[in-house]
Amino acid sequence: MSCFETIQDYAFRSLGYGERLLPRSDFTLCEHFTLIGSGMIWNIYYGVLAVVTGFFLANLLAVAKNSNSSWARKPAEWFIFLFRGSPLFIQFFFAYSLFLNLKSVSSFFDPLSSAWAGALIVLFLNTAAYSAEIFYGALQSIPRGDIEAADAYGLTGWSRFRKVMWPTTMRLAWPAYTNEAIFLFHATTLVFVSGFPAWRQKGDALYYAKYLADKTFNPFVPYPILAFYFILLTLVIIFFFGLINKRLNRHLPQSQRTKVKYKPNLMR
Amino acid sequence: MRSAIFSFCSDPATLETFQWMSCYLTTGKHMAFYVSFGTVLLLLAFAAPSALLFGFGGAMAARARFLPLNWLGRGYIAIVRGVPDIAFFLFFVIALDQGLEYLRHKVKCPDWDQPIRQGNDFIVCDIAKLPLGNSAQWIHETYGFALAVVTFAIVFGAFAANVLYGAMQAVPHAQIETAEAYGLTPRQTFWRILVPQMWTYALPGLSNLWMVLIKATPLLFLLGVEDIVYWAKELGGSKTANFTAYPHPDWRTQYFLALLVFYLAFTKVSEVVLNRITTRLSHGQATLAGEAQRKTT
Amino acid sequence: MKSLILTTAALALTAGMGLADTVRLGTEGAYPPYNFLNDNGEVDGFERELGDELCKRAELTCEWVTNDWDSIIPNLVSGNYDAIIAGMSITEEREEVVDFTQGYTPPSPSAYAALSADVDLTGGVIAAQTATIQANHVVDTGATLVEYPTPDETLAAVRAGEADAVIADKDYLEPEVEASDLIFVGDDVPLGGGIGMAFRESDDEMRAKFDAAITSMKEDGSLNTLIEKWEVGGTW
Repeated sequence: MSCFETIQDYAFRSLGYGERLLPRSDFTLCEHFTLIGSGMIWNIYYGVLAVVTGFFLANLLAVAKNSNSSWARKPAEWFIFLFRGSPLFIQFFFAYSLFLNLKSVSSFFDPLSSAWAGALIVLFLNTAAYSAEIFYGALQSIPRGDIEAADAYGLTGWSRFRKVMWPTTMRLAWPAYTNEAIFLFHATTLVFVSGFPAWRQKGDALYYAKYLADKTFNPFVPYPILAFYFILLTLVIIFFFGLINKRLNRHLPQSQRTKVKYKPNLMR
Repeated sequence: MRSAIFSFCSDPATLETFQWMSCYLTTGKHMAFYVSFGTVLLLLAFAAPSALLFGFGGAMAARARFLPLNWLGRGYIAIVRGVPDIAFFLFFVIALDQGLEYLRHKVKCPDWDQPIRQGNDFIVCDIAKLPLGNSAQWIHETYGFALAVVTFAIVFGAFAANVLYGAMQAVPHAQIETAEAYGLTPRQTFWRILVPQMWTYALPGLSNLWMVLIKATPLLFLLGVEDIVYWAKELGGSKTANFTAYPHPDWRTQYFLALLVFYLAFTKVSEVVLNRITTRLSHGQATLAGEAQRKTT
Repeated sequence: MKSLILTTAALALTAGMGLADTVRLGTEGAYPPYNFLNDNGEVDGFERELGDELCKRAELTCEWVTNDWDSIIPNLVSGNYDAIIAGMSITEEREEVVDFTQGYTPPSPSAYAALSADVDLTGGVIAAQTATIQANHVVDTGATLVEYPTPDETLAAVRAGEADAVIADKDYLEPEVEASDLIFVGDDVPLGGGIGMAFRESDDEMRAKFDAAITSMKEDGSLNTLIEKWEVGGTW
């Protein structure tokens, strides 16, 4: 079987298209690359959706944590502590058993026990908590002068937040937030390791790498391939977040711009 | 044959709930579970300083003027951080083990004429085995634990290297220039001026890294160390009466709840301690935090 | 990966044995009645007794080590222990990488267990442990496979209604079916060629010793006694 055929058969195997049976013997490098690459679709799916949705919740949480009212502040603080203080691994486990229980209450919750919905919710809440902490830190370090200037212009309430505070927060938080996004993508590999089962052998990149390592009894080929894909993905994320960062900093003189540096600020 | 702590534990099926529980929670298996909490703490105690050491080496390499060393440092930081830690853990321990045995084999058995790789098998001469085939089990365990520590150190060392590299850059340039003006050699400048001052800049990053390290410990079982997650799964799974004196349904939720509490408490304690250290380190430093301290006192 | 020792076992030093090298036996410790951890945290079960007896007959000192099922073969070939004795079915796939002794249990069937008798075994959702011959079988039947890392979770999945049925070695399911509301459904499925010990391909000498010990246990009937004691399927 040529490599082209392999790609045709297995490129979308992780979504359930193409050849139903996974290869069982005489594995080629091409099959390794295709299957693990196919699994990357799920990693990207979880990563992109969780980052995008988590971004909004994180903003709410950060503002709530910064609020003077303890009704808003306390829940936000607890939420952030709970999700940042416990390993994602254990969060997945609890979410899965919770979702199974919900399922018996009403069929409305049925999708939650499958990874595409359930794991996404966990990742969404998790990244929201981590990002909220980053945004909160940035919110705290807005230069006093910015706020005084806004006051001088007569800006108050929502418009002050929207036009002055929020853009500065984003600008200050962006480098750290980039790292959080990268770690979130890395964390998507945990989905099928803890709690959530794989259906019809549709799994993420790590699932297929494990499958191949198990069938070939050789861990030295599939895992480095997985690593290769993730290094590529990391570079792509850094590129996109760098573009946004440029936009956030476009009003500043060249020397004052913050660069997106891949720093291990937060991980799970 | 069960050795029980309480004498009434000899026939658990007849016991009341409270007594049953006290027997159940003191079985040898539970003792192993409790010990595994110590294993996790011990691993952290070893892994954190080793990671810092790797990080320091990595950061120094990345700053080096000698190009190959510079590339090595940068490559190490970039590659290890670009890969999910779990992918690393899944093959790295076996690779490390084989690598060490290979080196020992080359040194100790130069006359060996058979290939090391025979098909799928990885075979080194007996005296090159790590640990030796006839060594006691605790040596095997310690070796496995040491491999896990080294793996953690390499992975988190890359992150630490990045933090330390940034911290070294953050030390105000005037400090270095002043040192040079006083006639200090580059080596003296590095050790006497740069290193003592960089910690305050590195601390926020290192604190985060410590939190990250704590939360990476559930992956220990992938490295073959029987950690708290392993035992929680083993103990929590449902048990039928044929194979245990303490049959019970699926109790994994309860056991994982215990783990959750452990991690939350550990995080909280770490936060408090790290905040104190930060306050101390900021003392007398030319940073905002240091300035704030100066004004209040 | 090195793991916790459970006990040193079967000390069988006879005169004339110069170097008493220990043989390290790798097992999973989560597959009763074959192997499991008892309340004291020691490896117990059919294979524990069998392995100790085999070591005694082969005049070897043996030690028990537990290892995750997923990486049990890579760790054998990389030399972290010397043999696998973990309810491992003899299959062609595995024969390519390791060498098996003769089977110490006759080929034993796998079976489906479910909460009700009217389960669709070829179109429904079937739970199986990842990387087992049963998982492969489910894919072949066309049923929807759900994979879990441990056998215990496959049972939990059926009880929780996530899967319609679970497939595993019948001997593993038997005590569970007895003790709970699970029932056997469908016909037994013959999979695999019995259960054997696995060795590195380069370790023929040691494998021959264990092979001979198994033969002697078959001949004097002690193997059958063990099989009956632990109820692990048919006798020889």
